[in-house]
Amino acid sequence: MAAPLSVEVEFGGGAELLFDGVKKHQVTLPGQEEPWDIRNLLIWIKKNLLKERPELFIQGDSVRPGILVLINDADWELLGELDYQLQDQDSVLFISTLHGG
Amino acid sequence: MCQAGEDYAEPAPREPPPAPRPGRAQKCVKCKEGLPVVVIRAGDAFCRDCFKALYVHKFRAMLGKNRLIFPGEKVLLAWSGGPSSSSMVWQVLEGLSQDSAKRLRFVPGVVYVDEGAACGRSPEDRAKTLAEVKAVLQNVGFPWHAVALEEVFGLPPSVLQCSAQEPAGTEGAYKSAVDSFLQQQHVLGREQPHQSQTQASLGPCSLAGSPTATQTAALCRLFDSVRTLTAKEELLQTLRTHLILHVARAHGYSKVMTGDSCTRLAIKLMTNLALGRGAFLAWDTGFSDERHGDVVVVRPMRDHTLKEVAFYNHLFAVPSVFTPAIDTKAPEKASIHRLMEAFILRLQSQFPSTISTVYRTSEKLVKAPREDCAASPSGPRCLLCLCTLDVDTADSATAFGAQTSRLSQTLLSTPPAEAGTPTGPGCMAGEGQACCKTACRREDVQAQVLEQLCYGCRVNMKDLPSLDPLPPYILVEAQLRSQRAWAMQEIQEYLIEDSDPEAEEALA
Repeated sequence: MAAPLSVEVEFGGGAELLFDGVKKHQVTLPGQEEPWDIRNLLIWIKKNLLKERPELFIQGDSVRPGILVLINDADWELLGELDYQLQDQDSVLFISTLHGG
Repeated sequence: MCQAGEDYAEPAPREPPPAPRPGRAQKCVKCKEGLPVVVIRAGDAFCRDCFKALYVHKFRAMLGKNRLIFPGEKVLLAWSGGPSSSSMVWQVLEGLSQDSAKRLRFVPGVVYVDEGAACGRSPEDRAKTLAEVKAVLQNVGFPWHAVALEEVFGLPPSVLQCSAQEPAGTEGAYKSAVDSFLQQQHVLGREQPHQSQTQASLGPCSLAGSPTATQTAALCRLFDSVRTLTAKEELLQTLRTHLILHVARAHGYSKVMTGDSCTRLAIKLMTNLALGRGAFLAWDTGFSDERHGDVVVVRPMRDHTLKEVAFYNHLFAVPSVFTPAIDTKAPEKASIHRLMEAFILRLQSQFPSTISTVYRTSEKLVKAPREDCAASPSGPRCLLCLCTLDVDTADSATAFGAQTSRLSQTLLSTPPAEAGTPTGPGCMAGEGQACCKTACRREDVQAQVLEQLCYGCRVNMKDLPSLDPLPPYILVEAQLRSQRAWAMQEIQEYLIEDSDPEAEEALA
């Protein structure tokens, strides 16, 4: 049983194009049976925030290769990637590296 | 060693064993103290300060190792607004303002190419982006040039002519250049670190006025006529290179730095193999590219992966301007470039050494000249990519040779076929001959241009149904070259070859 969480979701590097150009989203995740980890956050984003072309952001149950995920300004690989348990007031940043040079 | 009765080992397991995950409890692998924030390569966690030190060190080492940029030289930084080139500009900015011992010693300028017309952006969007670009460039403080891609329609044909090649700087030349520069500084009395900056803050060196509507329409027409996204991307790259080259030559820059990262170059290497440009991989993906002769293209970011660049830009607030490109939101199979990018990145996520392996392979590519190139310092060059043509016109066994022979047959056969067609509308009877010639000259021009291209460029041009929308400088140069070749052929028998022993004996 997970309590409702308030997190900041941010998109950069061109990923914001898929979210109507809005970079920062302050979201409140509702309480639910399953815990809020990144995996479930992605499902939630796909359902509620993603405006178009889901295949450009999500692949399978993870992000598309080429999109970096930073949780509180740290690499998600250090925090368990998809299994990291979100906490209140966390900040998750998705940066697309596939754009420009 | 193999033995007669040896069984093969069991096949490797299908999935690679998961790499050991570095946890937050780990410390930075370098200083062993700091809290790690980023994982680079496979499992190396670095703290913020060590990551910055590593990043800067890579940049300086890449420049220092190759010793191509001489002190006091004018270097043009090609900035697209994207993360890699923004990072490069930032590194140069920081490198120039360091204390004297480690300071970078060249004179930079920045060029920005507005490609909005080719990407189908509206004039309002382009103006908005240009305003953001100007704000960033003014902050950076180097002399800057903002040009629009439409200006290719005003380029002179001399852009495609390769200037005489300067001999590559030897080790001794570099050292003596550095020594004399340092002596000069000493003689001046004291260091003047901000002199170049105050000069630059006077504003842009050249701000092109907005391109004319005809030029924009011509560019849109050109890109709309290209059938595939692959050919569009290649054409865009070619035109952009020519434009930057022109800006560099016009303002006296002898080097151009581009922000191609390790990831991008690995993708580019594989893409170019698929496009038929395998012969030129060393120039397209190596550190230095001297095909233009007087201007050398240098890639200092080629050791940095896109992940490192993105992290650095985020952690240290490097300004960049995001602009949609020609392949934004394109599906995966839209072009060879996109397909290769998806392939490499997906492979990289499962096998983290993919990109570094491709990179290390590209480092080993050597630009070996052909043995008989000693006679003519520059053999025939491709009209568009300016690489030395590796063409054997008598070769009919390969696909390339077959294409070449077909083209020259087309050239010979068109004039008699067209002579019988009626003249076009508005032709006078007396000018009938000239009109027929115009009609068949169009096919001539097409064959003429294609004959002067390398295999990769030729394949690209196949996706252009007509070469008319191309910028005039390309068509004019093609005509000049073929006229020159025809003239050479005509007087060939009258030329006295230097190394002709029989002729010398006859004269004696």
